[in-house]
Amino acid sequence: MSLNRKDLLGLEHLDKKDFQTVLDSVKPFKSLFTRSVKKAPTLIGKTVVTLFYEPSTRTRTSFEIAAKRLSADVVNISVSASSVVKGESLIDTGKTLEAMKADYIIIRHSMAGTPDILARNLSASIINAGDGFHEHPTQGLLDLYTMYEKKKRIEGLKILLVGDILHSRVAKSNIWALTKMGAEVAVAGPPTLIPPQIEGLGVKVHYNLDEAIKEADVVNILRIQLERQQENLFPSVHEYVELYQLTKERLAKAKSGVMVMHPGPMNRGIEISSDVADSQNAVINEQVTNGIAVRMAVLYLLKPTKVKKNASSN
Amino acid sequence: MRLQIKNIRIVDPSQNKDSVEDLFIENGKIVSNLTDAANRIVDGRGKIAVPGLIDVHAHLREPGHEGKETIKTGTRAAAKGGITTVFCMPNTKPVIDNAPTVEFILLKAQKEGAINVFPIGCATKGSNGEELSEIGVLKKAGIVAISDDGLPVSNSQIMRRTLEYTKMFKLPVISHSEDKELSRNGVMNEGRNSMILGLRGIPRQAEEVMVSRDIMLAELTRGYLHIAHVSTQGSVELVRQAKKKGINVTAETCPHYFTLTDDVVKVYDANTKMNPPLREKRDVEAIKAGLADGTIDCIATDHAPHTQEEKNREFDLTPFGIIGFETMLSLILNELVASKILSLNEAIAKITVNPAKIFNLEDRGSLKTGSIADITIIDMEYSYEFTKESIISKSKNSPFIGRKFTGGAVMTIVGGNIVYER
Repeated sequence: MSLNRKDLLGLEHLDKKDFQTVLDSVKPFKSLFTRSVKKAPTLIGKTVVTLFYEPSTRTRTSFEIAAKRLSADVVNISVSASSVVKGESLIDTGKTLEAMKADYIIIRHSMAGTPDILARNLSASIINAGDGFHEHPTQGLLDLYTMYEKKKRIEGLKILLVGDILHSRVAKSNIWALTKMGAEVAVAGPPTLIPPQIEGLGVKVHYNLDEAIKEADVVNILRIQLERQQENLFPSVHEYVELYQLTKERLAKAKSGVMVMHPGPMNRGIEISSDVADSQNAVINEQVTNGIAVRMAVLYLLKPTKVKKNASSN
Repeated sequence: MRLQIKNIRIVDPSQNKDSVEDLFIENGKIVSNLTDAANRIVDGRGKIAVPGLIDVHAHLREPGHEGKETIKTGTRAAAKGGITTVFCMPNTKPVIDNAPTVEFILLKAQKEGAINVFPIGCATKGSNGEELSEIGVLKKAGIVAISDDGLPVSNSQIMRRTLEYTKMFKLPVISHSEDKELSRNGVMNEGRNSMILGLRGIPRQAEEVMVSRDIMLAELTRGYLHIAHVSTQGSVELVRQAKKKGINVTAETCPHYFTLTDDVVKVYDANTKMNPPLREKRDVEAIKAGLADGTIDCIATDHAPHTQEEKNREFDLTPFGIIGFETMLSLILNELVASKILSLNEAIAKITVNPAKIFNLEDRGSLKTGSIADITIIDMEYSYEFTKESIISKSKNSPFIGRKFTGGAVMTIVGGNIVYER
């Protein structure tokens, strides 16, 4: 089983069959977690580099654990944003890592498209761990898997994404995966945080969370970035909380078995109330656990050596 | 130097001429007959002579950014593209807001340039948009227009004064139409593609609100306004309506705006990043319609060289702009003439007689007897692939690398001298 590609840059270019391949592959890796020895020899002798231009404890650690559980050698590199501003070349950094025989480079960057640029220039497998406002494909896949695991299906599910859709890499990866797998996806948030033309991706737009939540089988709450208030995208945190915080009262308006997700890190008391985050509806910790299994599956499914150098990926 | 080009098809929109004749050049001028035997006779059979091409919008980068381009390299690249006259924008370092910088450019062009170079002066001191530059002094030094290109004149009052003040010099004011608040942090067209790619968008309205404002100010002042690099359907319509009202406005577009859409940005190729950004299909169609009905008067390159190192970066960090000298004519022939959007005569007018008239270039843009002998010879059968290796410009930032063309310049004559010959 393979995804028949060198890189994972986004979910836009994956099809239903690819998503099913990932879903089918995750379970055996997850079952490994219950054993006393949580390791498989799959990537023995391979080198996995995490190249993070942006801080992220959660995603980086998840990839690191995933790679180590597959017996890979892991190197973590944190590049300070200032070195980018000083003109350090991304491609040169990538080529240095390749010269050190990195087989997989997992990159996070605040600017969209950086994984694509690396993928074009390197023969190592590039995995996008979040780029600007573009995509966060492994988060999309772990969200997909968590829904699949809990709800036993994706087709026909009604998923509501709430919050800053405009700047969310998670939202886009979720939308690609879920719509292609037959779910009905809706978004809710203030118009200034919803990208124009998102309806073109087959997504319904709501501004009123109380109305939107009634239909949902799954509510995926996105983190609100407080600097957006400085950009005048919403007038105050107080008003945002009033209109869009997922509270117990709001959740009561939803179907009884509604599932609550959050890609983390959470701003408790802002986009989600603590009692909802800790409620039985929330699967936030399972998302984290599944994240490791999904990333193991991705590392297993990509084929770094089977695609010739500079081949177009995606 | 006496030159005779025999049996060549002469297409000269300034005379509405399209006929096979001999063309005679003596002492740098077009003449009806040579006084003595020619020093060189060129066989013009199967080729077309048009007035030397005039590019009213380019960045030669000298002084200050010689790593990207110089007057020497830029003018050679332009000559290869059939261009005989280029206007260079003032966003150099220092900016062209003083007579010595104008004189430096003219002197450098005279010493090292292959073609005619006419500087454009800053509209405001330092291009800061706050105080008018010494426009009269600049005019005396040799500028042909004024602009803060690269930046808009954001202050409406300053723009009003600029349009008013320049009237006495008959200098067109070239508007870089961009509302910087609306375009802030944007790196590509705002639309479906920017949403999918996760790149910040620049809405069409960032251009259109300023086109609209400047047209209103041109109406108020009766000044002379030229809109640079028109990229949107809305801007075309605004200029069209303004012309109908009799407002003194002209406009240019660039080959990339009638050739490419923002679909080409999809792989985060820095050679597709330009300002204004590549738009969508409806804009490309509107630009073509605007060229066809005369709303858009000129085609210019907006030749904007940047080094490989600068373009080989994250899409957000890479500078805006592409080179254009070596592909302009072929793109016009392939995208507009071959597809019958414009006749050859109409297309050539956009890069010869129209810019000559708008920018008051006497004796240029025409092959009339007595005109300066700036001539471009075109071979419509000349097929080639535009490769990185073939680029003469110091910078190689072009989205057209790898494209195959049929038709292009095979000889460029400036002031009676052959400056490029394939």
